Amino acid sequence: MRNRFARARLVAAGAVLFALVSWGVAAGRSGEQDSVMLGAAVSLTGKYSVNGKNTKDGYDLAIKRINEMGGVKVGLKAYKLKITYYDDESTPARGAQLAERLISQDGVKYLLGAYSSGLTKAIAPITEKYKVPHVEGNGAARELFTQGYRYLFAVLSTSDYYLRDAVNLAAEVAKEKGRDPKTLKIAMAFENDPFSLDVRDGILEDVKRHGMQVVADDKLPPDLNDMAATLTKVRALKPDALLVSGHEKGATLVVRQTSEMKIDVPIVATTHCDSAKIAESMGRLAEGVLCASQWDRKLSYKDKWFGSADEYAKRFEKEFKYPAPYQAAESTASVLVFADAFQRAGTLDPEKVRDAIASTDLMTFYGPIKFDSTGKNVAKPMVLYQVRGGDYKVVAPTKWAEVKLVWPRKLPE
Amino acid sequence: MDNLRLLIEAPALNLQLLLDGLLIGAIFALSAFGMALVWGVMGIINVAQGELVMLGGYAAYYLYRAGLHPLFAAPLAAAALFVGGWLLYRAVIFRVVERDLFISILATFGLSILLQQLANTLFGADVRTAESGFGTLFLLGGRVTVTVIKLVSFAAALVTGLFLILFLKRTRMGQAIRATAQNARAARVMGVDTDGVYAWTFALNAAICGASGALVAMTWVVHPYLGLPYTLRSFMIVIIAGIGNVGAVLAAALGLGMAENFAGFVLGAEYQAAFVFTLLVAILVWRRFWLARERRYLR
Repeated sequence: MRNRFARARLVAAGAVLFALVSWGVAAGRSGEQDSVMLGAAVSLTGKYSVNGKNTKDGYDLAIKRINEMGGVKVGLKAYKLKITYYDDESTPARGAQLAERLISQDGVKYLLGAYSSGLTKAIAPITEKYKVPHVEGNGAARELFTQGYRYLFAVLSTSDYYLRDAVNLAAEVAKEKGRDPKTLKIAMAFENDPFSLDVRDGILEDVKRHGMQVVADDKLPPDLNDMAATLTKVRALKPDALLVSGHEKGATLVVRQTSEMKIDVPIVATTHCDSAKIAESMGRLAEGVLCASQWDRKLSYKDKWFGSADEYAKRFEKEFKYPAPYQAAESTASVLVFADAFQRAGTLDPEKVRDAIASTDLMTFYGPIKFDSTGKNVAKPMVLYQVRGGDYKVVAPTKWAEVKLVWPRKLPE
Repeated sequence: MDNLRLLIEAPALNLQLLLDGLLIGAIFALSAFGMALVWGVMGIINVAQGELVMLGGYAAYYLYRAGLHPLFAAPLAAAALFVGGWLLYRAVIFRVVERDLFISILATFGLSILLQQLANTLFGADVRTAESGFGTLFLLGGRVTVTVIKLVSFAAALVTGLFLILFLKRTRMGQAIRATAQNARAARVMGVDTDGVYAWTFALNAAICGASGALVAMTWVVHPYLGLPYTLRSFMIVIIAGIGNVGAVLAAALGLGMAENFAGFVLGAEYQAAFVFTLLVAILVWRRFWLARERRYLR
């Protein structure tokens, strides 16, 4: 009697256990099936940690929004997106190591980009080797797209486009004032890194096209904290435009030292001024400086995920408590490219997804995205701001210009 | 060569470069004073010198943000760094004093990485500036400009140098420091608390670096990675000037600033640092020959 009772209990326990295990397995499996894992090495420490955080925030916002809207539909099934992050410490070698780890240990089949051209350059060969689609929004060096990479795609304009518009703007103004653009003199100062040298190449092409003359062409070593020698030269040469690229430090220095040393140049243009916050932190000293940017919230782009560029910016600010920099916007756009490609491919096979990415023709809040055969986005133009009364106003391209360029730049008293 | 012609055609440029160079040199002189002191007294080459400058810069930046006039920010930054230097000595440096030079270089190198990353985590990698609000002086009808903050830095370097000489010559602690520098063991036998002397020396060095950092933040920018050029330049200045002579350190620093600025103008900014280091090698080689000749006379 007792024996039978015990057996019944055993059977019952066994049944419960079986039910639990099978439920658990089913739940586990369905959880696995329900999400697609993306991977990214981003710079959370080291010299790119500000931009690295922008990048991560951009990715996170995209993931959150896509999952809120029900995830991506691949075939008949909806999947949520997830990202595995590692900190690459702003060093290329570490970035490459982590990409290898994401792919071969964590089984990630799709990679989002790191911050900066240097890191992207280190990671691209790895994604190429494992045939893993790699969509990035923060590696702008032109040479990334001359290597014949098949799996690398960039949503941003390449770095040689950053300051071309400043040259064209100078030519436009000259024509307006009845001057031949050929008579214009250009002074340039660039940090000695791949990004800035690309910016320089782009400028040189356009300078040549207009027949202008380069009177000064300094390369600033990365550890230089002073532009006095270069600016003294600029003062003596009296150029019509001064073009500078040296990340946040270069932007800050040129603003500060041109106004302190009273270097009077009609057009002063630089990269990275929005991330260096020159209008916010230096206010009046920055008045009239031109800034290159990939994106602006005032542009009239729209998409189904975020609505307009401005709505994206508002959502970003609400989530992360700081205004959306373009570095975040382009990171968000990279995730959107993946989401769009998954849906069009109708499968999660990396090779098919890669082909779907290659044939992307997408309008986003960040701008139109369409890749050429080398993988760079050829549909989106750059914008040029002018700092006016502590704010950035779009002055070029003229199609989106909010205000007319103030020329020449008036130095603050 | 075009640049050289420009210099000859426009003599005002020479004055501009000369002034800028002298004034930049003064800021280098400050951190070099500190390095010479620590090197001479404790036998330590402090590789974290530039990081102390950087911390001074941040101290000044936050004081400035708190609404303090930058003129007061510099002494307060120095005071803050004095305390910081003392703590650093008690935590790390005391372990490497009187040990092999190689060990102290490694230890301070580690310290420099630690301070950089700490600053990056605490303050972020943003490039910041503190406004001195002093404005600019115009000479020769605006052809030469001098920012007043650079003049202040220059004065600060002279005053600090003078103060350092007086401190070492006249005060009790100064005498103890000199005694320890001459022979630590003998000083200890005579009742000098050498450990205390070392702590004082290192803290004093940190304070001088703090003041120079405050001036850097007001003249240029401050970010967590600006240390290395200051370490290298103070090292170079001390090598040229020797460790026992405050006046020579000041002269070497001013000369270096000028040489650097002219090189940046004539050769282009990319060769500015390269020129400086070539100069260092040339000076070392020349001095070796010169010393060898001296020795021959003695023989």
